[in-house]
Amino acid sequence: MADDPRQTPSPEPSPPPGSSPGITRVPDAHTLIEDAVTFAGAGGTTIDPSVAARAVAPALEMRGITKRFPGVIANDSIDIEVHPGEIHALLGENGAGKTTLMNILYGLIGPDEGEILLDGEPVTITGPADAIARGIGMVHQHFMLVPVFSVAENIVLGNETMGTGPLLDAKAAEERIHTLAEQFGFQIDPAAKVGDLSVGLQQRIEILKALYRGARVLILDEPTAVLTPQETREIFGVLRRLAAEGTSIVFISHKLYEVLEIADRITVIRRGRVVGQADPKTATEEDLAEMMVGREVSLVVDKTPASPGDVVLDVTGLTVTDDRGTVVVNDCSFQVRAGEILGIAGVAGNGQDELVEALTGLRRTRAGRATLSGTEVNNRSARELSGRGLAYIPGDRQRYGLVLPYPVEDNLILTRYHQQPFSRFGVVDAGAISRNAAERIPEFDIRTPSGTVPASTLSGGNQQKIIVAREFSRPIVLLLADQPTRGLDVGSIEFIHKQIVAKRDAGAAVLLVSAELDEVLELADRIGIMYRGRLVATLDAAGAEKEKVGLIMATGDAGESGERARVQA
Amino acid sequence: MTSETGPGQGGMSLNPTSLLGTDRGLGRQFTSTVVAILLGLIVGALLIWLSSALSEDGFQLDLPLAAYLSLLQGSLGNERGWANTFNAATPLILTGLSVAFGFRAGLFNIGAQGQFFLGAFGAAILGTTVGIPFPLHVIWTLVGGFLFGAFWGFIPGLLKAWRGAHEVVVTIMLNSVAALSLNWLAGVVFRDPAATFPRTSDVEGSALLPILLEGTRMHAGILIAVGAALAVWFLLFKTTLGFEIRTVGANPSAARYAGIRPARITVLTMSLAGGLAGTAGAIEILGITKNYPAEYNTTYGFDGIAVALLGRAHPFGVVGAALLFAVLRAGSGAMQRETGIPVDIISIVQGAIILFVAAEMVIRRFLPGGRRATGGAAAAPSAA
Amino acid sequence: MSAMATASMQRRLRPPTTLLGWIGVAILGVLAVLAILFVVRFWDGLIQLGEWFIFFAATRPYIILGFAVPIGFGALCGVMCERSGVVNIGIEGMMLTAAFVGFLFGAYLHEPLGHVPAAIVGVGFAILAATLLSTLHAWLAITVKADQIISGTVINILALGGTAYFNQLLVSTAGVSGARTLPRNVLSLPPEVYQVPVIGPVLNAVFGQGPIQMGLIFAVIFLQVMLFRSRWGLRTRAVGEHPKAADTVGIDVIRVRYRNVILGGVFAGLAGAYLTLESVGSFQDGMTAGIGFIALAAMIFGRWSPIGAFIAALIFGAARTLGQAVQISAPPGELGQAIASWPAQWFGMFPYILTIIVLAGVVGRAVAPAADGIPYDKESRS
Repeated sequence: MADDPRQTPSPEPSPPPGSSPGITRVPDAHTLIEDAVTFAGAGGTTIDPSVAARAVAPALEMRGITKRFPGVIANDSIDIEVHPGEIHALLGENGAGKTTLMNILYGLIGPDEGEILLDGEPVTITGPADAIARGIGMVHQHFMLVPVFSVAENIVLGNETMGTGPLLDAKAAEERIHTLAEQFGFQIDPAAKVGDLSVGLQQRIEILKALYRGARVLILDEPTAVLTPQETREIFGVLRRLAAEGTSIVFISHKLYEVLEIADRITVIRRGRVVGQADPKTATEEDLAEMMVGREVSLVVDKTPASPGDVVLDVTGLTVTDDRGTVVVNDCSFQVRAGEILGIAGVAGNGQDELVEALTGLRRTRAGRATLSGTEVNNRSARELSGRGLAYIPGDRQRYGLVLPYPVEDNLILTRYHQQPFSRFGVVDAGAISRNAAERIPEFDIRTPSGTVPASTLSGGNQQKIIVAREFSRPIVLLLADQPTRGLDVGSIEFIHKQIVAKRDAGAAVLLVSAELDEVLELADRIGIMYRGRLVATLDAAGAEKEKVGLIMATGDAGESGERARVQA
Repeated sequence: MTSETGPGQGGMSLNPTSLLGTDRGLGRQFTSTVVAILLGLIVGALLIWLSSALSEDGFQLDLPLAAYLSLLQGSLGNERGWANTFNAATPLILTGLSVAFGFRAGLFNIGAQGQFFLGAFGAAILGTTVGIPFPLHVIWTLVGGFLFGAFWGFIPGLLKAWRGAHEVVVTIMLNSVAALSLNWLAGVVFRDPAATFPRTSDVEGSALLPILLEGTRMHAGILIAVGAALAVWFLLFKTTLGFEIRTVGANPSAARYAGIRPARITVLTMSLAGGLAGTAGAIEILGITKNYPAEYNTTYGFDGIAVALLGRAHPFGVVGAALLFAVLRAGSGAMQRETGIPVDIISIVQGAIILFVAAEMVIRRFLPGGRRATGGAAAAPSAA
Repeated sequence: MSAMATASMQRRLRPPTTLLGWIGVAILGVLAVLAILFVVRFWDGLIQLGEWFIFFAATRPYIILGFAVPIGFGALCGVMCERSGVVNIGIEGMMLTAAFVGFLFGAYLHEPLGHVPAAIVGVGFAILAATLLSTLHAWLAITVKADQIISGTVINILALGGTAYFNQLLVSTAGVSGARTLPRNVLSLPPEVYQVPVIGPVLNAVFGQGPIQMGLIFAVIFLQVMLFRSRWGLRTRAVGEHPKAADTVGIDVIRVRYRNVILGGVFAGLAGAYLTLESVGSFQDGMTAGIGFIALAAMIFGRWSPIGAFIAALIFGAARTLGQAVQISAPPGELGQAIASWPAQWFGMFPYILTIIVLAGVVGRAVAPAADGIPYDKESRS
């Protein structure tokens, strides 16, 4: 074993002071082999078989993977190994490099340095087709399904069963899919149009797609981002079953509690580097968070209890339809008071988007009313609402919040360009605009070389800060924050959360809409759960249990026992 | 969190700022434009060599140079040349402005041709009213031409804003509708009975544009065109309306949130663009033809697209591009007379220049920092 | 999230919110009332007119089909491109170039080679020319990632100028006379077949005319089957709807797009060749006169399916036919006389106005393939 060709010199692991049990800094398989050798050498003890077995043939190994993009090193000499039948979690925050690493594995991009080994054999993966042929399957964060195609068409795409000549054999495909689905306990209708299916079902189809091609290494990129806790539990069941049958699973996530629940081993990545491995049996969320971020992170925002004042936003019986005429907000009612944060939780697609659009003047309402400080505001223009003290942080900042090609300074006045001092008698005052920018940029810590660079050159966090700066620079009566921290790094998330709480403390009413249940639980004083277009429950955040909230999110059943909460697959 | 399973808009959408490279430094835009022009001229030279090889005189190496020189001589070498150049530049500036203005709002106004004809016809009719004194008649006729053209731009604008009908195909259809119906109106309904070919009656002398340069045909239209360019520049970059128009063109969703109504801007922009092209037509009538022939078939409206592209949809760029094309056009006659090269080669040169303008974007994409400047999910560190 | 992206493109009918909107609705209302009154008053005459036209069309379907052929092939070119996600408004230019090149070779070669072989060679070169242009468009749209409308416009500009230039240079001055057209009745069915009532004229329209016209029917059927039943079709549609999804299952999006756009050029080439080598027999500057754009409208009308596009082409062909029909056989009744007195230009406008009506969505929505017009960026992180 000493001459094992796979051995490469490994750095001396030096446990830092005060590290908790279960956390090892920079280990790798070769250290394990060394350990096994040391064991064997010292006093004739037999080699611990599990150690040896694990060290012999990982299903997947990535060594020294490095990938550079202009201006950033996305992956810096990353080592990772996954054993057969193991669920290995890759943990890191947004921007850490997890998806880049997996894109390399899947052949979508090539590494600058490093090698990949499958079952101990070095391979070069030339593209997704090659990766698929080698048994690597990937379920992406954003589904790669064609909405207008049927389930069967989506699954066979690229791997079609042929009939006569160039024509497809749809029947044979459907049979194969049926068989496969039953084998893994799925229930699907191959002829259904994918666009009509629920998100949880779509994800199963994605997994089925990979299995159909004989995947033995399955990569899942943030699979639970769009699932309720119930759907998450179901998917975990599926994964455990797959792992039991020998499939190796790489589970990418930034969700600490999930990773602790499902994984056999956890590798933590930060800023493109592996910072350590963790054993889920012994590690805690705090440990993981610290590894992910590199410093003490308080998972809970410092927040004094709210002292709510008068009702600011009063929504009664609001009914809103979507573009196709379907009612998506259905007789919805709630109130938000000054000095409190009402967080609306709910699985995406239960009417939250349309509710927000209706409240910000971007969509007409069919019935009901909303009043802001007593004045009726539904069906008024966005401009009028903002004049009445409504501030809005849009959910899709690049589409609705910013004009990316415009300079930062123009974005900072995007909603006030028509007012003094930025324009007079229809003529724009460039000097006023740049003066405003000079004040806001330091005030909101927007990292940008100047006010005249296009907003597109800024990072996501700084782009969001532009929006916050713009919205917060005037008196606010109601702050409507829609997915305010989606896709941001932890530092920016902290900043935005602090700003929101500060506004609340300054007396504004805050309506927070977020699909991140954690964010809602963290920030809100009261939680409302949106299900099929109405607020089916409102709870105080202080005593709310995550499981209970998740249950209501999935079933719309407030106050029923868990027995009734069976998600229709 | 809504997962975007598919891409967004689909269809033919236009984002002028990233598309035309106007978000990059002026210096870089200028150099790439010059390169495109040179390449286009080289293509022309290649064709000239080809045609000389095919001709009876045999291959002549210096023919392109001679051709270009005689072209320049024809357009800039004497007073008449200058007059022709400015006269040709005038409608090009205006139709170029028309298309460029549309670009800024994210609209592709290929209908400048039809709008031009409408404006020309309107001027031809209004110009025949008797009894209105000189400056008033001209102004009145020009305004009429503007309004006629604006009407022809209003229709596609309305259809787009209200029904989502894509303006590219609608305006192209309207071009043909305009040509055909004006053909009939000018050739039958408003036909001048005394004329030798089907056309409207000549406009009154009081409606004619004054001549700027003694002894030439250079009319005051150039002043109007340059004035329009200044006005468009001011409107687009210095007024709130211009801010709104550009915002709708850059990001209609954000524009809605900012309180702008894209539908209103679309209709307004198409109407104004139509008006600009209509003014071009009116000036042509009042300055050159003095009536509307039923078979009127100039291509100024179409050329406006090329001018707008070359001028990067910026009013001053449009003026420059229009002058360039005008020089080419005005001198092409002299070139054909002296060297025998058909004037159609100018169209090819124009097309080639535009081709190189369109293709230079490939250079842009691969230069460092190029991708960041084009917006979208740009900043690399923020993605996983 | 869903609201605004779709709202800006195709909007449902909603009550107007502005004064201008109400004025528009009022005008439409008045027009609708007038239209209803007109139909009621002239009911019998309209029926008569309809019968006349149907009779005309049924006995001479080749006229309608003749107009429909370039539109149909152009639409097929459009379907090939747009189903793969590439917008192609340069069909007009491709057609025009093909028409000219085909004519050029046909005219120059009919002395040495004989009429029919020269025409065939002409068709071959016409297709080649159009394919070269479609390759250019593919390169600009896919690799350069230029805006696809600008790319198409560039091709149209180049085609217009280029054909005029070379026409001047090589044809008009050289005194080359018109090319002969491709022969009719290539399949040599006996003329008696065409006399059979009802079926006969249809057969005549399909088999009794030139080979390109015949080819359209087969091309439509072939493309329809292939697009929806074959592996190529599935992958093509995937690339046009969700290229990233196709990429992740190992489909080479770029290659699929290139191949389809280039092949689409073949159809545009056939359309152009038809104009000069099967239909008219001579070339005039700008002779396509917007057919390429009508083809786009036919494609949209036909919901991006080959058969739909073909039917739309027939309808547009019928619109154009009306003008000819009036001249060939006098329409009956007082309405008929009124129509017969219409200036030719009015008939000429029909296809264009019909297209506008189609695009205004009066005849229902049209949803393009989802990725249509969006260049595919492999390294984009989404």
